[in-house]
Amino acid sequence: MTSTTIDSPRTPAGSAKRRGVNWEKWGWIYMRVSGVVLLVLIFGHLFVNLMVGEGVKAIDFAFVGGKWSDPFWKVWDTLMLWLAMIHGGNGMRTIVNDYARSPRLRKVLVGAIAASVVVLILLGTLVVFTFDPCPVVPADQAHLLPSFCPAP
Amino acid sequence: MSVKTVGTPEQSREPDLSTTTSRRPAGTLYRGREGMWSWVLHRITGVAIFFFLLVHVLDTALVRVSPEAYNAVIGTYQTPIMGLGEVGLVGAIVFHAFNGLRIILIDFWSKGTRYQRVMFYVVIGLWVVTMLGFVPRHLINVFSH
Ligand code: HEM
Ligand code: HEM
Repeated sequence: MTSTTIDSPRTPAGSAKRRGVNWEKWGWIYMRVSGVVLLVLIFGHLFVNLMVGEGVKAIDFAFVGGKWSDPFWKVWDTLMLWLAMIHGGNGMRTIVNDYARSPRLRKVLVGAIAASVVVLILLGTLVVFTFDPCPVVPADQAHLLPSFCPAP
Repeated sequence: MSVKTVGTPEQSREPDLSTTTSRRPAGTLYRGREGMWSWVLHRITGVAIFFFLLVHVLDTALVRVSPEAYNAVIGTYQTPIMGLGEVGLVGAIVFHAFNGLRIILIDFWSKGTRYQRVMFYVVIGLWVVTMLGFVPRHLINVFSH
């Protein structure tokens, strides 16, 4: 006798045939996990850059030179860059999916978001890891360098 | 029913779905009131932060051009008008961050949907406290010197 399997009620149509990684689910999980980590990273970033000392008034090349001489802040900023760009890009994709009526417009907008995310992650990472706090500069800019740089 | 109910029936203003022909379902999470407005704000702040971040990575990249170029651009962050803009930016981030935790609690905490409305006011309260800590100090930095 042959037996027929009947799906239980509310089984989504076609779900059994769909194979492979469930990207939407992982995107959903990613938004939550990255969100919690970003809360710490961004609040820390804003506290150090806006609240400590003279806050925003103290930010200049020498300030960045001081922070990025320390691997701790390099890793901090790189993590923040990657997590925030992907979180924001994925969130923007959700919004485009909600509002873009035509598939063509949707493709164009999601493509533009993805391209900006990739370009800015690459640029930002490159900037952190090729940064030189004591670059060779014309004499009239020497006073802009961090105080720990050797006098020219 | 597939409608996610929020709050006990006594708390709900609308009649129960089974006793009404109203098109407005009772106690949904995202339709009307706190649930909807928190979603609207979360969306708007998320978009605003995203566009800020695009610009922010570019302005930070100027450290690889020259100290002079970086200082010239970052100097514009220190003007009074931008100082007020930074209050807006931080306000947006703080709301998005705390409301993000609220969303996560709604998803994972067994009582999350029941307390979503209370948690919205907790988010607002935490936002006010955080901004009270931030704004005076930031404005003193921006408007002095
Ligand atoms: C007005 C508020 C802000 C100021 C004054 C500010 C300032 C700075 C400064 C001075 C740097 C250089 C490195 C460092 O200090 O760590 C930097 C880097 C960075 N900031 Fe901010 N920031 C602000 C808000 C934000 C926000 C809201 C985010 C996240 C959404 C963010 C994300 C980043 C990232 C990812 C980097 C590293 C960029 C790179 O890798 O090239 N910042 N920021
Ligand atoms: C500060 C810590 C943050 C937390 C805790 C957080 C949390 C969340 C959560 C839980 C969601 C909901 C996703 C969903 O409904 O499936 C979300 C959506 C979103 N987030 Fe964040 N986020 C944070 C930072 C950021 C940053 C830095 C950006 C921008 C670069 C951003 C942009 C967005 C966008 C555009 C959405 C989509 C909104 C929507 O679909 O309506 N968030 N966030």
